[in-house]
Amino acid sequence: MGKVKGKPGPLARRPDNSAFKQQRLPAWSPMLTANTVLPFFYFMALICLLLGVWLLLTVQNTQEMKLDYTEAETCNKCFEMRKNVSNANETCICTVNFRIDKPFEGDVFFYYGLRNFHQNLRRYMDSRDDGQTVGRKKNLKDPSSYCEPFLKDPSGRPIAPCGAVANSIFNDSFTLRYHYSNGIGEVPLLREGLTWYTDKYIKFRNPTTDNLTLAQVFEGTAPPPYWQKPVYKLDPSNPMNNGFINDDFIVWMREAAFPNFKKLYGILFRNDNPFTKGLPAGNYSIDISYNFPVQYFRGRKEVVLTTVTWFGGQNHFLPIAYLVTSSLILLTAVVLTVVWWKFGKDGKNMKE
Amino acid sequence: MTHLVCCVSAEEERRVRANDREYNEKFQYASNCIMTSKYNIITFLPVNLFEQFQEVANTYFLFLLILQLIPQISSLSWFTTIVPLALVLSITAVKDATDDYFRHKSDNQVNNRQSQVLIRGSLQNEKWMNVRVGDIIKLENNQFVAADLLLLSSTEPHGLCYIETAELDGSENTLHLNICSRNLKNLKSVVCEPPNNKLDRFSGTLYWREKKYSLTNQNMLLRGCVLRNTEACYGLVIFAGPDTKLMQNSGRTKFKRTSIDRLMNTLVLWIFGFLVCMGMILAVGNAGWEKEVGSLFQSYLAWDTPVNNFLFSAFLSFWSYVIILNTVVPISLYVSVEVIRLGHSYFINWDQQMFCSQCNTAAEARTTTLNEELGQVEYIFSDKTGTLTQNIMTFNKCSINGQSYGKDTHTTCRLDFTPFNPLADPDFCFYDDKLLESVKVGDSCTHEFFRLLSLCHTVMSEEKRELVYKAQSPDEGALVTAARNFGFVFRSRTPGTITTTEMGRTVTYSLLAILDFNNIRKRMSVIVRNPEGRIRLYCKGADTVLLERLHPCNQEEYATDGLRTLALAYRDLSEDEWEAWSESHRFADKATDCREDRLAAAYEEIEQNMMLLGATAIEDKLQEGVPETIAVLSLANIKIWVLTGDKQETAVNIGYSCKMLTDDMTEVFIISGHTVQSVRQELRSVWLCAHCTRLYTAHALEADMEAEFVSTACACKAVICCRVTPLQKAQVVELIKKHKKAVTLAIGDGANDISMIKSAHIGVGISGQEGIQAVLASDYSFSQFRFLQRLLLVHGRWSYLRMCRFLCYFFYKNFAFTMVHFWFGFFCGFSAQTVYDQYFITLFNIVYTSLPVLAMGIFDQDVPDHRSLEYPKLYEPGQLNLLFNKREFFICIAQGIYTSVVLFFVPYAVLSNATQSNGVPLADYQTFAVTTATALVIVVSVQIVLDTGFWTVFNHVFVWGSLGSYFIIMFALHSQTLFRIFPNQFHFVGSAQSTLLQPVVWLTIALATAICIVPVLAFRFLKLDLKPQLSDTVRKHTKTQRF
Repeated sequence: MGKVKGKPGPLARRPDNSAFKQQRLPAWSPMLTANTVLPFFYFMALICLLLGVWLLLTVQNTQEMKLDYTEAETCNKCFEMRKNVSNANETCICTVNFRIDKPFEGDVFFYYGLRNFHQNLRRYMDSRDDGQTVGRKKNLKDPSSYCEPFLKDPSGRPIAPCGAVANSIFNDSFTLRYHYSNGIGEVPLLREGLTWYTDKYIKFRNPTTDNLTLAQVFEGTAPPPYWQKPVYKLDPSNPMNNGFINDDFIVWMREAAFPNFKKLYGILFRNDNPFTKGLPAGNYSIDISYNFPVQYFRGRKEVVLTTVTWFGGQNHFLPIAYLVTSSLILLTAVVLTVVWWKFGKDGKNMKE
Repeated sequence: MTHLVCCVSAEEERRVRANDREYNEKFQYASNCIMTSKYNIITFLPVNLFEQFQEVANTYFLFLLILQLIPQISSLSWFTTIVPLALVLSITAVKDATDDYFRHKSDNQVNNRQSQVLIRGSLQNEKWMNVRVGDIIKLENNQFVAADLLLLSSTEPHGLCYIETAELDGSENTLHLNICSRNLKNLKSVVCEPPNNKLDRFSGTLYWREKKYSLTNQNMLLRGCVLRNTEACYGLVIFAGPDTKLMQNSGRTKFKRTSIDRLMNTLVLWIFGFLVCMGMILAVGNAGWEKEVGSLFQSYLAWDTPVNNFLFSAFLSFWSYVIILNTVVPISLYVSVEVIRLGHSYFINWDQQMFCSQCNTAAEARTTTLNEELGQVEYIFSDKTGTLTQNIMTFNKCSINGQSYGKDTHTTCRLDFTPFNPLADPDFCFYDDKLLESVKVGDSCTHEFFRLLSLCHTVMSEEKRELVYKAQSPDEGALVTAARNFGFVFRSRTPGTITTTEMGRTVTYSLLAILDFNNIRKRMSVIVRNPEGRIRLYCKGADTVLLERLHPCNQEEYATDGLRTLALAYRDLSEDEWEAWSESHRFADKATDCREDRLAAAYEEIEQNMMLLGATAIEDKLQEGVPETIAVLSLANIKIWVLTGDKQETAVNIGYSCKMLTDDMTEVFIISGHTVQSVRQELRSVWLCAHCTRLYTAHALEADMEAEFVSTACACKAVICCRVTPLQKAQVVELIKKHKKAVTLAIGDGANDISMIKSAHIGVGISGQEGIQAVLASDYSFSQFRFLQRLLLVHGRWSYLRMCRFLCYFFYKNFAFTMVHFWFGFFCGFSAQTVYDQYFITLFNIVYTSLPVLAMGIFDQDVPDHRSLEYPKLYEPGQLNLLFNKREFFICIAQGIYTSVVLFFVPYAVLSNATQSNGVPLADYQTFAVTTATALVIVVSVQIVLDTGFWTVFNHVFVWGSLGSYFIIMFALHSQTLFRIFPNQFHFVGSAQSTLLQPVVWLTIALATAICIVPVLAFRFLKLDLKPQLSDTVRKHTKTQRF
C-alpha cells in the first residue's frame, strides 16, 4: 500500500489496474455443450464397454472353488465338540473331500474364509499394540492399555501379543491331499510370502534377541488366553517364522473390512509333478485340525481355492458393473441426443 | 458547591474547578487517556477465546472435543476435532489481534500527542493522556483539540476562534464560531451536564466573581476538531478521554446479517437434527446388533467395563456416532464463508470502475459480511439531494418584485461580470443580462434583493489572495456568490458587524441578531443596523413558510420547474420595537429550561408582517449517469423509491428528469390527503388501476394503514415519497422489510439518511458534499450514484452466485464424505468404526478440499461484468432466491448421499472378493479405507471441476495442487519413517503403495467416479438444453462471439 500512497495528485487513491484486482484474470470458461457432452458420453460408454469385455474375458480364465466345512462330513463331530468350552484343549481332526473337474492352471492360492466374524468392530480393531508387535521391548513388558481386557494374564504377566485381535487368531490348520490313482499324497503348500512386504519387514518385527533365543526374549510374558502355543513356537518347522513375524499371525492381524472375509493360508508349491502347472483335475481331500469355534457367533468356516490373473482372483462384479454402467451411459447418451435433437433450445431465447 | 458527589457512574452534574487538580480528583473523572483497543498481551488469549466460544458453532465443536476425551465414546482421536478447531480459532484470533494492534497503535499515537498545559502559572508540555479535567490548555493553530474544552480566551478579536470539525461530524472545512467574550484568567468553577453523546447540545453554568454565566454549545471546543485561522486560544478541560462527545459517539453499530446467513443457520440446525436422527438409527441398530450378535461375540471381545447390557452400549454408540458424523456440519464452513466475503469486499475496494477521479474516492466495502445480499436487492430507497443530484447549487433564476429573470441555459451566452465587478467569482454562471442591467440602473428592489443575500447568511469569508467563501450549506454559498457577482460583495464578519462592498462602496452593518436556521423553522433572519442607523430585519426561507407571513405574490411558478425556491423578505423595525424585542430575546436566551422553545417563540414574534422582495431559484443538477442507472436497475426488476424531504413539485420534476417517471406513465397518482379518511380513500381508489406511478406525501405515512400503503405502493412502477422526515424514511424501509420480506437497500449522503441507512438490509453512503456521516453509518460507500448499478449488478450478482455455488458444493462434499460412515455402520456392527484413516478425516476439510472450493467462491464468474450490465435480467435469480434455497439444499444433500452410497458400495462389492495379483486379499480394512478415501477425493475434485465455471490460474493451482497434496500427504503418513517413530499412531504404514499399485483399485475408483458423475453431467446437460437460464444463454453467446 506504500506504493499507492506515494502517488501524488487526484488519482492517488485510484486502485491498481491489475488483472487480478479488476477481476479480469485470463480464464478458461468451459461450458456444457452438445458438442462436448454427447461425444463424451458415447466415448465413456465405449471405454466402459471395452473394459468390461476385457475384464470379463480375463475373469473367465480364473477358477475358484469354495468349500464350507463348518459342519461338513466328519467335521460335524468336531463342530459339536467345540460347542463345549471345556473341550477346548482337545484336538479334533476331520476330513472333507471334494473334486476338481477342470484343472486349476497357474498359481493356485489356498484361503480360509470366515463368515459373520466381525474383525471390523471399533473396539476390536483398536485392541492391539503396534508398538509391541514392532518389537519394542518397553511395550513387550508393558503393553498399551488399548489391549484391555487382553492386557495381562490373571497372574499379572503381560500378554504378548496383547489385545483382542491377536487373541482371537484363527487356529485351524489344513493339509490338502490329492488322490492319486494309486493312493493319497500331500499337496505341497508354501506357507510364507502370504503378507504385504511392509507388514513382514516393517510393521511386524521381533524384539532384538541379542544372542538370546526367542523364548528367552519372551520370558515373563504370557501367551493370549485362547492360544495353545506361545508366540515363539507358532511354526515348529521354520524357526525364522516365529514370534511376531509369523506369516499366519501377520495375516490375521491385518483386519478384514467386512464380516465375511477370506485370508490367505498358503500357495501351491509348483516344483514337483503333478503340480508344476497347477492343480490337476481329480479328487482331493483336506485334513483339518478343527480348533476355531464359530458356533458362538453363528459363523461359518470355509476353504477357498483360486487362481489369479493380473487383476487378482475371480471377481465377476467388476466386469459386470462395467458392462452395466456402459449400457446405462449409452442409454443416457441416446436419450440426451434425442432430447437435444428434438427439444433443445440452443440459444433460442436470447431475445428474452 | 457544598456537597460533593464522588460517584462517577451516577454522575448527575459535573463540577469542575479550573486549575485545581486536588479538588477535581475527588470526583474521579475519567482521564484523557483513551483506550479503544479490546485486549492487551495478557488478557488477549482468555478474552478472545471467551468471545469466540460465544459462537454456537465453536462451542459445539468444543463439546465434541470433550466427548472425544471419554474413552468409551471416543470413536475418533481427539486431534480430528482439535486440529480444525484450533485452525479456525487461530485464524479468527490472528484477525482480531491485527485489528487490535492497529487500535493500540492509533491509541498510542493519540495519547502521546503533546499539548501545552497551564500548571502553576507556567505552560508545560504534557502528553494528551496526562491531561486532567480542570486543566487549562493552550491550543495553537492547526492543532487538534485534546479534550472537550470550554473556550476561555482567544487571540483573535472578539474572542472568536475557528475550528474544522471534519473528524467529528464529517463536514470538511467547516468553520465554527465560538464566542467567549469573557476573557478570564482567574480561578473559576463550572457546573455542567454529565457526559453525553449529543454533539449539538451543551448546557452549563460558569461561576466567576460571584456571577453566573450560562454556557452553550457555542462555547465548546470538542475533541476531534482542529483549530484553524486562530493563532492560539485557551480552554478549560470539561470532559476528557472516554467522556468526550467524540468518544461517546463512537458506539457500535447494529450487526447486520444476510438472508443467506439466516438460511445457513436454519440449515445447520436441520443438519444437527439430521445428525441426531442418524445417531439414533445407528444406536438402535447397535442395540439390536449387540443383543443378537455382539452378546455372542463376547468371548472374542467383551463389552467395556461399564457396559453391562446392550442398551447402555447403544447409548454410548449414539454419542460415538455423533462424533463421527459431526463432519456434516463442517467446522470450516463459517471461516470459509468469511474468507470468501472478505475477498469479495476487496474486489469492491479495488474496482477502478467505481473510482471517482474528481473526488479521488474509491468505493469501499465498510462491512465485509453483506456482499452476497447485494445480489438479492429488490427495493432501493434513495435520498434525492446529494444522492441523485450533485448537491452543487447554482443560482439559476430569480424573481424580483414580480419580474422574473434567468432563461433557458441553452439560448443565451454566459454573462461576463469582470468588467463590471473586479471581485466577481469567475466560476459563477448566469445567462440573463436583464438582471445585470437592472442592477446597473440602480433599481432599488433589485439592490435590496442582493443586499439581503449578502447579509442574511452564516457564510464565513477568507481573503488572502482572493475572496473565498466557506459555507455550511451549498445553497447558501450559491446565494452569497450570486450577490457577490451582482455587486453586493460580502467581505468579512465579526460577531457584531458585517462588512460588505456594495457597488464598489464599502459598507459596515452592525449585526444586532442572528435568528438562525433550523429544520422546523425553515428560515433564517438577521437584524442589522445600517450606517444610517435604520434597523431592518432580513429574512430568507422556504416559500411555504414565508408565505404565511406576508401577502401572496408571484413565487409559485418556480416550484414547478423543479428548483429549490427560497423567498426573501424584509421588515423595517423601529428603535422601540427592536429594544422591546431584544429584551424578550435576551430573556429567552438566558433561560435554562426549554431555551430552544422560548427562542423559537421569540423569533416567531418578530418575523411577522414582512415585505416580499422576491424569490430565488437554485438548481441542483442531477449526477452523471443517474437516469441510465435508474433505467438499468428498473430493468433488473429492482424497485426504486425516492424518499425526499422536498416538496411535491420538486420531487415530481426530479422524478421526470431522472427518468423514473416517463411520459407514457399516464396515470400519476398523488396521494396527498391530509386526513386519515381521505388518505385511505385515495389509496383505495388507486388500487383499482395498477401500473401507475404514485407520489406520497408524508400524511400517507402517518395514518394507521400500513398494509394498504404497502400493497398500493408495491403495485406501482415508481414511488416517490416527499416531505418525509428522517424518521419516516426509516419507517418506510421498516414497512417494506416487514410486509414484503424483501431485501432492501438504502442509499443516501446526509445526516438525515442515517436512520434509513441503518434500518435497511444494506446501507450505502454517498461520500459527497454533505460530509461523511452517512458514510460512517453505511455498509458500502462510493461517491457517485451511478456506481450503484455496478455494485449490485456486477459485484452483488457475482457474490451471490459464488456464495450459492460455494454453499451447494460445501454441503454436498460433506455429506458425501460423512455418510459413508453411516453405510459402513451396517457392516461393522454399528460399532462407530470410521471408514477412513483418522488423519484423512482431520485433513479432508481443511487441506484436501478446502482451497479449490474457496477459489471457486472467490473467483467464479458466469458471465463477464459488462454482460450483466447489458442484460439486467440476469439479476433476477438473486431476487427470487433461486440459486441457494431449501430446495437446492436438499438437491445437494441428495447428491451427497447418492455419492456416499456409490463410494461405499462399489468398493465394498469389488473389494470383498478381490485379491491382489499375488493372491493377498484386498478386503482388509486399510485397503478399503484408502480406496474409499481416494475415490472420495477424486469424485469431489471432479465435481468441483464441473462446478467451476471460470478457470483462472488460481483455480488450476488449487484444484490440481489439492489433489496432488492428497497423494503426497497420504504417502507421507503411510511411510515407514513416521511408523518407526510412532508405531501406535500410524497404523496405515505401507497401505498407500500396497493399495494404489493395484489395477483393480484404480478400476474401482474409476467406476465409482463414473457412476457418481455421469448422472450429474446428464442432468446438467438436460437442464441447459431444455430450460436454459438467461445466464447460460448469455454465456454461450459471449463464447461464440469471442471465437
